[in-house]
Amino acid sequence: MTYWNRAMETMSRDELSALQSERLTGAVNRAWERCAPYRAKLEAAGLQPGDIRGTDDLPKLPLTLKDDLRDGYPYGMFAVPMSEVVRLHASSGTTGKQTVVGYTKGDIGIWNECMARCLTMAGATKDDIVQIAYGYGLFTGGLGGHYGGEAIGATTIPASTGNTKRQLQMFLDFGSTVLLCTPSYAMHLGDAVRDAGIKDRLKLRIGIHGAEPWTEKMRDEIEERLGLRCYDIFGLSEVLGPGVSCECAERNGLHVMEDHFLIEILDPETKQPVPDGTPGELVFTCVTKEALPLIRYNTRDICTVDRRPCACGRSFARMGKLTGRTDDMLIIRGVNVFPSQVENVLLGVEGAAPYYLLVVDRVNNLDTLEVRVEMADGFSFDEVRRVEALERRIAKEIMSALGVTAKITMAAPGSIERSEGKAKRILDKR
Amino acid sequence: MVIEQVSVFVENKKGALKDTLGILAEAGMDLRAISIADTSDFGILRMIVPDADATLELFKSKGVTASKTAVTGCKLPDEPGALHKVLSTLCEAGISVEYIYAFITRRNEDAYVILRVEDNVFAQYVLKSAGHTIMTPGDAAGL
Repeated sequence: MTYWNRAMETMSRDELSALQSERLTGAVNRAWERCAPYRAKLEAAGLQPGDIRGTDDLPKLPLTLKDDLRDGYPYGMFAVPMSEVVRLHASSGTTGKQTVVGYTKGDIGIWNECMARCLTMAGATKDDIVQIAYGYGLFTGGLGGHYGGEAIGATTIPASTGNTKRQLQMFLDFGSTVLLCTPSYAMHLGDAVRDAGIKDRLKLRIGIHGAEPWTEKMRDEIEERLGLRCYDIFGLSEVLGPGVSCECAERNGLHVMEDHFLIEILDPETKQPVPDGTPGELVFTCVTKEALPLIRYNTRDICTVDRRPCACGRSFARMGKLTGRTDDMLIIRGVNVFPSQVENVLLGVEGAAPYYLLVVDRVNNLDTLEVRVEMADGFSFDEVRRVEALERRIAKEIMSALGVTAKITMAAPGSIERSEGKAKRILDKR
Repeated sequence: MVIEQVSVFVENKKGALKDTLGILAEAGMDLRAISIADTSDFGILRMIVPDADATLELFKSKGVTASKTAVTGCKLPDEPGALHKVLSTLCEAGISVEYIYAFITRRNEDAYVILRVEDNVFAQYVLKSAGHTIMTPGDAAGL
């Protein structure tokens, strides 16, 4: 078993807990001293820095929400002078105004370390040729993956996203062995590889995909089309960027870099911790980062955590796949609907492709849901009867899986917008 | 001897059909016959063209998904009752027709009918046995 940082990644839970407690105390002190909004939050909760002596005191701390970060736009939440900030990124703003994050040299070091661990976890080494097909720019995917690739000593190609034809050319000419990109772009690349008939000439062996929710079925399809083994990676810019957690060879959850990030799962209503394995809101505390302190940041992603030992030998807790967001969640006629559920249904229906747009509207005070779905490539659409049968089948599957009536509209293959950063899957007209 | 028909899935929105046909127009490609199946949500544009493969490639290069379907073409005299005879022949043999469209040309006195059936080989055998003339790919190219 290969680790990037064996000492940290395999330390006992007791040692880890002691390290986390020490680091948490320091992080709370720093926030109190250097970041006025945090000081105000702590004071409002009746807390002094001395009240937090370890991870057991974590639940006493107030939660931080995205709005807190937005209110401080752009630099209000930074805990260091701008002369210490060496890089800025910004979140894509998929759920509203964008959020700016800053990094000190030390923060960048942490990020590179975490990404190096992730790449190593997935099996990449210095002998690999790593093609980074995440977008480079304010989005953290491109540069995050890039410096991770360089950190492990791999040959790193800053391909960025888009220009699919050129990506394929790089696969062939440069002999890329590792691919980093969003899962939807991996699917798209897979389609292009199939169309070009070049799968046999690829040297790809590892795919590391994140920044979007994806399913096991999508994983199977990507693996089949590109002939590689895929790993899920997770991150969010407020916390770090990609590299907060990643799957190991066991692929039974994503190991959270717990020496830097504390994970909690809370009941969405009561905000109290739920038992391991129960879904709830995913909350992170950054205990080492300097520029942007983050204490109990509620991501509003729905997730589970598993702290049992993993066969890979890492002691870090594993988070499950995100099953939705409490703020992405659509409520349609009183039923909670997550886009990922729709995706799961589509992957199980022959003739349908997992590319879709949910259009929600209100007609005569009643919510309506329309699902625009692409037909799979090669689906024979020449007869109206076949297309309509497919629509009925999807409507029926959505009804039985989600409990809502949906109007299905089929669309031609490739006609629904593909994301190169994040997919836009919801159009809410209400 | 089947005719290769090219189909394109067209969204039900303004300009969709015009844009699709614009691709053919720009490339100087001719249409022999055209038919549209319309529903409230989408349309299926079906075309008989001189070169089906070239047309498919053209659509593909423009990012439009097109498919090829084998259909049966039947040549019949342009006179009252001719199509009825064709359909009667098929009906007596128990053959169902999924869809049908017809066209005439300026080149000769004949009319043509395109038939989508489950089994082209059997349908053509039945039609020929009853004295009907089957349209050849050469007919489609040369019309």
